[in-house]
Amino acid sequence: MYEFDFVKPGTVADALSALSTEDAQALGGGQTLIPTLKQRLAAPLKLVSLSGIAELQGVTDNGDGSLGIGGATTHAAVAANAGAYPALADLAGHIGDPAVRNRGTIGGSLANNDPAACYPAAVLGSGATISTNNRDIAADDFFDGLFGTTLEEGEIITSVRFPVPQAASYQKFLQPASRFALVGVFVAKYADGVRVAVTGASEDGVFRWTEAEEALNKEFRTDALIDLNIAPQNMIADLHGTKEYRAHLVKVMTKRAIEAAS
Amino acid sequence: MPKDSGIGASSKRREDVRFLTGNGNYTDDINLHGQAHAAFARSNVANGTIDSIDVSAAAEMPGVLAIFTGEDFVEVGGNPAGWYIESRDGTPMKEPKRPVLAHGKVRHVGDAYAAVIAETNAQARDAVEKIEAQITELPAVANTVAAVADGAGLVHDEIETNICFDWGWIEDNRAATDAAIKAAPHVTTLELVNNRLVPNALEPRASLADYNAGSDEYTLYTTSQNPHLTRLLVCAFVMGIPENKLTVIAPDVGGGFGSKIYHYGEEALVLAAAKKLCRPVKWTADRTESFLTDAHGRDHVTTIELATETDGTFIAFRTSTLANVGAYLSNFSTATPTYLHGTLMAGNYTVPHVYVNLKAVFTNTAPVDAYRGAGRPEATFSIERIVDKCAHELGIDPIALRRKNFVKPDQYPFTSAAGLEYDSGNYDGVMDVMEGMADMSGFAARRAESEARGMLRGLGVNSYIEACGLAPSNLAGALGARVGLYDSATVRVNATGNISVMVGVHSHGQGHETAFPQVVAEMLGIDENLIDLVHGDTSKIPFGMGTYGSRSIAVGGAAVVRATEKIINKAKKIAAHMMETSEADIDFKDGAFSVAGTDKSVAFGEVAFKAYVPHDFPHEELEPGLEETAFYDPANFTYPSGAYACEVEVDPETGKVSIERFCAADDFGNIINPMIVDGQVHGGLAQGIGQALLEHGVYDDNGQLLSGSFMDYAMPRADDLPFYAVDNSCYTPCTHNPLGVKGCGEAGAIGSPPTVVNAVIDALRSGGSNVTHIDMPMSPSRVWTAMNS
Ligand SMILES: Cc1cc2nc3c(=O)[nH]c(=O)nc-3n(C[C@H](O)[C@H](O)[C@H](O)COP(=O)(O)OP(=O)(O)OC[C@H]3O[C@@H](n4cnc5c(N)ncnc54)[C@H](O)[C@@H]3O)c2cc1C
Repeated sequence: MYEFDFVKPGTVADALSALSTEDAQALGGGQTLIPTLKQRLAAPLKLVSLSGIAELQGVTDNGDGSLGIGGATTHAAVAANAGAYPALADLAGHIGDPAVRNRGTIGGSLANNDPAACYPAAVLGSGATISTNNRDIAADDFFDGLFGTTLEEGEIITSVRFPVPQAASYQKFLQPASRFALVGVFVAKYADGVRVAVTGASEDGVFRWTEAEEALNKEFRTDALIDLNIAPQNMIADLHGTKEYRAHLVKVMTKRAIEAAS
Repeated sequence: MPKDSGIGASSKRREDVRFLTGNGNYTDDINLHGQAHAAFARSNVANGTIDSIDVSAAAEMPGVLAIFTGEDFVEVGGNPAGWYIESRDGTPMKEPKRPVLAHGKVRHVGDAYAAVIAETNAQARDAVEKIEAQITELPAVANTVAAVADGAGLVHDEIETNICFDWGWIEDNRAATDAAIKAAPHVTTLELVNNRLVPNALEPRASLADYNAGSDEYTLYTTSQNPHLTRLLVCAFVMGIPENKLTVIAPDVGGGFGSKIYHYGEEALVLAAAKKLCRPVKWTADRTESFLTDAHGRDHVTTIELATETDGTFIAFRTSTLANVGAYLSNFSTATPTYLHGTLMAGNYTVPHVYVNLKAVFTNTAPVDAYRGAGRPEATFSIERIVDKCAHELGIDPIALRRKNFVKPDQYPFTSAAGLEYDSGNYDGVMDVMEGMADMSGFAARRAESEARGMLRGLGVNSYIEACGLAPSNLAGALGARVGLYDSATVRVNATGNISVMVGVHSHGQGHETAFPQVVAEMLGIDENLIDLVHGDTSKIPFGMGTYGSRSIAVGGAAVVRATEKIINKAKKIAAHMMETSEADIDFKDGAFSVAGTDKSVAFGEVAFKAYVPHDFPHEELEPGLEETAFYDPANFTYPSGAYACEVEVDPETGKVSIERFCAADDFGNIINPMIVDGQVHGGLAQGIGQALLEHGVYDDNGQLLSGSFMDYAMPRADDLPFYAVDNSCYTPCTHNPLGVKGCGEAGAIGSPPTVVNAVIDALRSGGSNVTHIDMPMSPSRVWTAMNS
């Protein structure tokens, strides 16, 4: 680790001003950033912890059929308090291990956009809205390839709004070593349509499987997928799975998500 | 009634109290006054020439005390291989120098070419980044098979080949084996890979050196499984320090699995730095360094053939193997794939012909050496996989085929076709136990139940034999070992009756501190809590060859027995003097010396006290004191054996394997502490199952370690493993060591990999697949791909 300054502001405004100096970086739960620092792969001059900001914490029922989750809410808090959206609470409750869940945050996970992370699938699969200190970003406009997002430098995720679906499920096939998603599929059924979001699989990061969505809009049953297949070309190939395997798993996990949601 | 102390008692592991309460004392816990810190500059290319190293900017960094490069160690020796191997054509193995720091060339990612000593660890690391090394990258020789192909680049230019040796075992049997296979009515062939493993001890390697300019003495605290061997290597081969000027202390060590047997360059570096600076110097590996530089395990590419009669009678095993030894020869790297592998290639079987050809191959990867099981897992895997394949081809039940060819109890001592003399065993008896545990007759119902849920269920078995208790020095010496392989013990009875037992074997998780006192307590008839084990300090222990190859109780324990026998003999003399009788009239039983036919008796404690308060000893006849040392050199290896059964479920949609049942029946001979033995088997099974399903050290074509962190190297976790059923009730005591013990530390890791693979292949077959083999680790992707190709 290189030397850095550490500040822990109590308001978003103070956090933003702390972040406005050179090479300052937001610190969520540190579950991605701290290991990166330990390996000397990043050298921020200042870490701005978001964990002391009350307005970024917690799960709230917006009263309009949606849940709001503060940008610095831990996975454990979501698992415990997002019971109104069971598939989301279940997803949060299966990220990493208890230590990771007690520290890691939704904002950190989304800002990092690891191609194998779980939350991006929930956000995209729910058509959630990501609020930052200066704007609202639709899920479809937020993720930008591997580890990329449309966040600006110094922009903080303050909350995420999840419309609660009629039925949903997240099915994660574990990468054996990291236990991130080798392939994870989030299926959510709303009154105005079904959304299917896939993480872990694509070289372009989390994506919507629109053919499956169209088929499921006609009938929300696994049979709807029978003739569908994902092309392997853009799938990730690595130690843990070939492109063909990942393409195959996308379909299997989608099927299982539909079964679990039905 | 189970015993509650002494041999056979499940005494609770006394060392666990300190481990579990955070009171362990590991190398990195030790901090000496004035201590400085070392950090290493390591190659990020697999192969390259070092054109220049400019340390001037680094030297200017805050806190920097000294910088070393390979240039500083040109005059000192290389880290040697401990076993000499001769090729089939009589030429000696190739032994390129393994320097303290790379010089001229870097040969694997992680190869250290410079080191910085600074006031703090962070300063040392900061300065390492300022070292400017011009290294011209060369094409990497990363793949074992490619390394021996025509036109392959060279890892060591000066030896003009990547083949370290081309060994035949037994070369004189080659022609007969070839002829037998040619004439055989059935030959089964299998190509397989024994996957490379990264040991991943929980505690990374660490070394702390101290130098006393006044006495010219060094102390090295280091993570070692055998501090005496480290001392010998550092003194006699690398640094030229007189052996009596170096104390090596291996305090608590958090797991080794083989990787901490060896001497590594970092140990020599901190010693040199401590002397130069006259300050203690510490280095502790981070996890990345562990992945890149600890000696890895396995990594064989093998073709094996099994020739049989049509009724399944084995005629011959023949193997051809490429064993990756990495970029440099680690200390046991030449012995492991040869004498710990080829000699086991007859398995538990009366097969008349065996021939093993093994080429050791240099590659631009981390050194490969003994890892839990060391050679025997590779032998067992090859044999037990091909026996299974053969059974299927011949339509014979796999257990029946094994039984048909087993060495039978009345055949011992049995000289195997691979040249070892098995002293004892009962393979059918152990198989009977396993079949009972595994509830074979219930399998069909369990399979039907799995199938009803859409899962495939398979049952796999194996039988293994291994060789432990390394080794008779005369045999090892004749075969090329450069060290003797005895061990030693001193039993020191103090005046107040408590006892210190100093042993040359080292405990780093095995439970010696509990089990060894049980042996002494049994022999002396005293409370085992009066006895403490001392290990891991060359200044306190006569000598030792350390812990590996499941040798501690078989060799070190035998030395303890011999030393304790001497104690009893001496104590009898003292007791005879105390009771004014002759030594021949003294009986020793339950901790008391008595005079036969009288009611006279003195307790062991009284004798101990007398030994040190000898007011009335006849000086010419009786020496004061009660301390004895014994060296024990075994007469043979010990031969544990076993039979395992594994049931798996395979999800045909995803290829995911889950282990549903695992039964292990082992013959470990006599057992000192059943609970510890069960624990050793559990741990071994976890590692074997890890190898079968999860673990894989993978280099890409550029020699970069792709599975270089826990994000990609899959260690087995609790939920990957079943509840094991283990049993060692069918046992045949070792015939040649005083405890009749065989060793249990590695068996689980040796017997389990083929068992798991056999089970998975059986499951796939039940689903209509004709897959005959899947290389380990059988990841979901590999299983699915095999099912669908
Ligand atoms: C062992 C382990 C297992 C894991 N398993 C999983 C898993 O199964 N599934 C999964 O999805 N994830 C997994 N993770 C990742 C985990 O969920 C992390 O918590 C997450 O990726 C990062 O969140 P964090 O709060 O720790 O962010 P940090 O590490 O603190 O920060 C990550 C990045 O986000 C930025 N950032 C943080 N908060 C904000 C914010 N509010 N607004 C803008 N930028 C911000 C930081 O500047 C940094 O660039 C695992 C991690 C570990 C260590």
